[in-house]
Amino acid sequence: MTQPILTIKNLSAGVEGREILKGINLTIRPGEVHAIMGPNGSGKSTLASILAGRDDYNITGGEVVYCDQDLLELESEDRAREGVFLAFQYPVEIPGVNSTYFLKTAYNEIRKHHDQPELDAVEFLKFVRERMKILDVPEDFLKRPVNHGFSGGEKKRNEIFQMAVLDPKLAILDETDSGLDIDALQIVATGVNRLKRQDNAQLVITHYQRLLNFIVPDYVHVLMDGRIVRTGGKELALELEENGYESIIPGAVVPA
Amino acid sequence: MITTETKTALKQLTRETSPYWEAFEQFEKTAKEPEWVRAARKAGISHFVELGLPTLQDEDWRFTNVAPIAKLPFKPVLESTGEGVTAKSLSHFTFAELAGSRLVFVDGHFTPELSSTVNLPEGVKVKSLAEAIAKDPAQVEPHLFHHARSDTSAFTALNTAFFKDGAFIYVPAGQTVSEPIQLLYVSTAKEDGTTAHVRNLIVAESSSQATIVENYVNLSDAAYLTNSVTELVAGDNAVVEHLKLQDESQEAFHITTLAAKFGRASNVLTHSIALGAKLSRTNILTHLAGEGLECILNGLYLTRGEQIADHYMVVDHAEAHCDSHEYFNGILADKSKGVFHGRILVRPDAQKTDAKQTNKNLLLSDSATANTKPQLEIYADDVKCTHGATIGQLNEEAIFYLRSRCIGLETARRMLIHSFAGEIIERVRCQPVREELDTLVWGRIEQNEQKITGNK
Repeated sequence: MTQPILTIKNLSAGVEGREILKGINLTIRPGEVHAIMGPNGSGKSTLASILAGRDDYNITGGEVVYCDQDLLELESEDRAREGVFLAFQYPVEIPGVNSTYFLKTAYNEIRKHHDQPELDAVEFLKFVRERMKILDVPEDFLKRPVNHGFSGGEKKRNEIFQMAVLDPKLAILDETDSGLDIDALQIVATGVNRLKRQDNAQLVITHYQRLLNFIVPDYVHVLMDGRIVRTGGKELALELEENGYESIIPGAVVPA
Repeated sequence: MITTETKTALKQLTRETSPYWEAFEQFEKTAKEPEWVRAARKAGISHFVELGLPTLQDEDWRFTNVAPIAKLPFKPVLESTGEGVTAKSLSHFTFAELAGSRLVFVDGHFTPELSSTVNLPEGVKVKSLAEAIAKDPAQVEPHLFHHARSDTSAFTALNTAFFKDGAFIYVPAGQTVSEPIQLLYVSTAKEDGTTAHVRNLIVAESSSQATIVENYVNLSDAAYLTNSVTELVAGDNAVVEHLKLQDESQEAFHITTLAAKFGRASNVLTHSIALGAKLSRTNILTHLAGEGLECILNGLYLTRGEQIADHYMVVDHAEAHCDSHEYFNGILADKSKGVFHGRILVRPDAQKTDAKQTNKNLLLSDSATANTKPQLEIYADDVKCTHGATIGQLNEEAIFYLRSRCIGLETARRMLIHSFAGEIIERVRCQPVREELDTLVWGRIEQNEQKITGNK
């Protein structure tokens, strides 16, 4: 079997003494799409944040191995340079920072990290235009300040565009479907599918099944109260849609 | 009857202002000027003696203590000191490569060898004010001393009494000066208390266009004082961009006043960029004297150490249908302090006024402070006036976002600080000025950040 991209072993974490993740186990191999579903408050976004390196959480146990490295030891920028990408649930507006400049800086950080020569402005523009074509991203995304004044749909689309530019090995999509109408959802999902390859992997975090109509997962994990309580194929998502989270563990307390 | 208390107060006042008075008597003997100038100078010194230097009790100076200036010996530069300054010694300053006319003033004295005027259209004058007073009284006398008031400002009064020179810029009706006109003020002070009183007059007649850059730099590390006054008149339909860059020595004091009058349907954009000086105070006093005009007062202050950068604005809406916008951003490191005082006055006739004011402060350390004071006085009923002020630190969420996009912590910080400055810089319309300013500010942010990182 191929070497996993990500292995999470018994990961526990929380904030201020409150445990949110209570022993997560998950293995993701190249070419796979995993979906994590769960009700609000189950720990989905916490897991995404911890993987991306947000330091608001205390890791209380377990380990995360990413391509043979201890992921939790790396700064968030180093994780990104090594190929971990988080598409934010709420992308941050950064007025005054030009998108092209931002993307070029980010992209060249990866090049430097791998001892490759940096691209100059012209080379980068040529490269980035190709990526834009793949995703049908409008030209003005490059000219506007990062996410500034973008609609909800545009922000999510911009996340996927950044993903296309940075070409991660592991993309984590944190509730990328939230706040999107069906058209925007389709655009975003199409973009994600076009970026899928045999040597990368995607971890799709979502509350609802509808995103999974467009991004078809190989595995669906159900996260409840900080634990993965069930794992199955894509049909599990449909089952959840039909019967609700309560059907997974009868009697489980499901927060609204 | 004079009480003991009054006597003490008088004695105090005399002791404080007598060096200025004595210097003035000396200076007056040597000045050969028309009577109207002499009269203004005399009025200036009298007002100064009456007013004295402001104190913290003075409402308009609540946050900025000028006692360190009062403690300095008073050494106005009455003779030219420009001999030692060469074109080469100016070549490393910002805007050195800027195309267009440039007048150089060394310690407030015009230095023709270092100055040049190019591509000036018919009738446009870019020259020494002292020369213009002698040769162009018809264009100077109707404006000089009419906009900057000596009776309410001690520093303007002192400037009026002692100014030796400055720039006179005159753009006749309908003319456009397409390249920026640069006024470079260099301090070479060797002694503390050396004071350059610079006086500028800019007259842009109706439907004319011009861009003027005042650039204050130094070849000195003494505790000198720059006390400059610029009077700016923009006629009906005139389009004027005025930028002041203050990059004085970290030991210096910098007090400037821009007193301006705007005509009907004019469009005026002013920028104040404060980077240097131990203490700087920029007064921008605008009189919106015609209907349907638009003015933007834009500003950025970037301070570190124990610097104080103070901006004091008055936007006087005297006529209807005028828009005024003030945008000031401050980036404050170490123990430095930013002060913003924005007064908007809407007179009874100024219906349909749209006045906006924004002051945003970014504190880069726990010991930096920002004082912001909006002051709205509205005497018309159909107006829109808004003001907003923020004081905060770098957005942690934005830093995490950038880091998650491969950008290291230090670069992320710099990007965000730079973007905060960029909001102001991008309003500079004159492209070469904007680009050079952006490079300068970016470099300064980088330097300051290295110091911060270095201290850790």
